[in-house]
Amino acid sequence: MAEFTLPANSKVGVGETYKASPEAKNVRRFKVYRWTPDDGRTPVVDTYEVDLDSCGPMVLDALIKIKNEIDSSLTFRRSCREGVCGSCAMNIDGTNTLACTKYISEVKGDVKVYPLPHMPVVKDLVPDLSGAYAQLASIEPWLKSATPAPTRERLQSPEERAKLDGLWECILCFSCTTSCPSYWWSGERYLGPAILLQAYRWIADSRDEAKGERLDQLQDPFRLYRCHTIMNCTKTCPKGLNPAKAIAEIKKLMVERTI
Amino acid sequence: MSDLRSPLARARGLGSAHDGLHHWWAQRVTAVALVPLVVWFAVSLVMLSGAEYGAVRAWISSSLAMVLLTLTIVVGLHHAQLGMQVVIEDYVARDGLKLACIVAMRFLAVVAGLGAIVAILRIGFGG
Repeated sequence: MAEFTLPANSKVGVGETYKASPEAKNVRRFKVYRWTPDDGRTPVVDTYEVDLDSCGPMVLDALIKIKNEIDSSLTFRRSCREGVCGSCAMNIDGTNTLACTKYISEVKGDVKVYPLPHMPVVKDLVPDLSGAYAQLASIEPWLKSATPAPTRERLQSPEERAKLDGLWECILCFSCTTSCPSYWWSGERYLGPAILLQAYRWIADSRDEAKGERLDQLQDPFRLYRCHTIMNCTKTCPKGLNPAKAIAEIKKLMVERTI
Repeated sequence: MSDLRSPLARARGLGSAHDGLHHWWAQRVTAVALVPLVVWFAVSLVMLSGAEYGAVRAWISSSLAMVLLTLTIVVGLHHAQLGMQVVIEDYVARDGLKLACIVAMRFLAVVAGLGAIVAILRIGFGG
């Protein structure tokens, strides 16, 4: 749903500044979005000066250092710290990515850290992803087969298996979906790049027997066709995947089954 | 109205419309068709630049120009209304207003197209 004026909660003020100790030589400033539902105030950006000589190389290292040593109230999600869980997706230096795989040295000047765009914020850098998770559930992301289960594996040739490459690696961090303007405007009805890539992952699976029903469910002016090939999804994906291509493949299959 | 539906109920919404392929495909096919039509139209306009009123009328009355001009208008306006519908769906949030905008835009396209075609026919068949 397009909104051209910002609601009150999206007007971001200037917060506090936490100075580094005078002995610190290698200081970087981290400007971090802060909002809590508890105090009824609008969001602010706090500035933390971090001594990089005693900090790991990644943005997540700096956030953990801030939480441990400077301000324990800073709230963010993180788990694996190696780019496989997707928990620490956030907007860093204007781009959605994983804090754990983003080098601080890649950012010029102050490091600006915001939550994933256009999602409701739970607190600070934690977005509410329940809508996106429900959209994942709605495409029924599991193998469907009418053939009775075999006594051993369901066989797949190496070529058939290769069709899943570039799809199975998605960790559902929603960096792509929350970078998509079409998802910002129509996120209630448009599935967004992450979910459509997941949908294609099952359509492309040679063992799946529900391709037709999956395509039936996707053929909708909003669910699928809100993709206007803006390509932000592919540009921002921290795993180097190509959701735009997966969506294009679904659109091609839609045409293919009518001609 | 507060919304107490579950996230899954919201995600599923009213279900799939099982529609949208035709709109998307028509937009692409008309885009391809417009490439030669618009090139032909632009080249014709350049060649007619500075021509007398009568010469332009005579050009429009030729069978080839009548067919291709009509095609350019029909295909162009069809492509335009498909695209405008998507723009309105993207940017007009209120459902009632969205519907009104789409219907008004389609009426406008039909009126503009019919007006142009009647003009071509009148010139072509002398009215």
